[in-house]
Amino acid sequence: MKEAVYIGRNPSAEPDLQELLARVALGDEQAFASVYDTVVSSVLGVVRAVLRDEAQSEEVAQEVLVEVWRTAPRFRSDRGTAINWILTLAHRRAVDRVRSAEAAAARDHKAALLDRTPEYDHVTEQVEARLEREQVRRCLRTLTEIQRQAVTLAYYRGLTYPQVADALKLPLGTVKTRLRDGLIRLRDCLGVTA
Amino acid sequence: MTTTDLHRLTGAYALHALSDEEREEFELHCAGCEACAQESAELSATAARLGLAASTRARPAMREQVLRRITTVRQEAPSGVAPPSSVRTRGRARLLPRWALAACLAAAAALGATTVWQHQRAETATEQARQAEQTTDRIAAVLAAPDARARTAKLSGGATGTVVVSASRNRAVLVVSAMARPPHGRVYQLWFDDGGAMRSAGLMDPGRSDQAVLLRGAVGAASGVGITVEPDGGSQQPTSAPLALWEFPA
Repeated sequence: MKEAVYIGRNPSAEPDLQELLARVALGDEQAFASVYDTVVSSVLGVVRAVLRDEAQSEEVAQEVLVEVWRTAPRFRSDRGTAINWILTLAHRRAVDRVRSAEAAAARDHKAALLDRTPEYDHVTEQVEARLEREQVRRCLRTLTEIQRQAVTLAYYRGLTYPQVADALKLPLGTVKTRLRDGLIRLRDCLGVTA
Repeated sequence: MTTTDLHRLTGAYALHALSDEEREEFELHCAGCEACAQESAELSATAARLGLAASTRARPAMREQVLRRITTVRQEAPSGVAPPSSVRTRGRARLLPRWALAACLAAAAALGATTVWQHQRAETATEQARQAEQTTDRIAAVLAAPDARARTAKLSGGATGTVVVSASRNRAVLVVSAMARPPHGRVYQLWFDDGGAMRSAGLMDPGRSDQAVLLRGAVGAASGVGITVEPDGGSQQPTSAPLALWEFPA
């Protein structure tokens, strides 16, 4: 499973986005509208996967998009692609929101957590999104069960690794390692080069 | 934590699964570890693919909301200069830095912007919403004006008020926070100081402790802004000593 099959928006749409972002950095609102159109469903998807709540997700997604506008001048294309930068930001903000509201009781229950993992069923008409999803799903299947659970809990539920350890009843060191080798396996399967 | 331990954190780091302290420690380590930085970048990109797979459709109305919001948000400088930690200008006038404008705007958006209160007695909810929106836009225009300047004053009881004035817009905005309610049957009234003659700039909403107010009327030759407590409905001329005065920055 080492072949790098690019489907959908990877990486063909990327040079465009990069270029658009460069224009956004100069205050081009038109360009920002195009960036918005390109990334909004992904940004909202990331945030909603983590937060679940519709209203909160939209609020955070909006904040992320405004932050993209605000911090576009700081984006450095030599440090990664535009879409990675934006989705990393989206995930980070969603996780921040989860942690700030961390009283949530449901989080200590493994079954409940796993039950709520990736929201793959959310309807979307975008073919490329579906293809992307299929590919990610296929690659997730190449992970060991523990790797997959650890990575999914951390990414889609926004758990810290000690929380993941707790949920999966595993030692901290094991979780650290599984998160890393799980992602490495995913990287190779997806053909990600950074 | 040993270096080997730190190196093993690339996965957790890419998934935002570290505590703040650990993240900082890891980033510090990465700064001097080419391999870690490279692996982190790759794993972050991998995590982004997990995000891409979760794409979902956004409400069409959100587009307009975001596109409108960004017109009032200033962009950061590319240099990456960290903003200072305090917003206060206290006693010293200077150009309002962009991050402070952003903060003001965020506050205005979160608190709901008001013009002077009595102008907001709109008949219908739609009309109210429309007016509120216009007011927000006008406030934003003042705050975002390239020549916006600000002064902050302390009010009693821990309240603060910042006056932002733009000569090019010829308008002024007052942003207050933690303001005590006026005594029953009284209101806060704003004044332009026209060389000692006080000109009413409207009333504040007595029901809000935090608000961004667009002062009524043009700034003109006014040299500052004052706030007094007046009987309900306001006064032609101030009938009490000012709670605060802001002199416009030169």
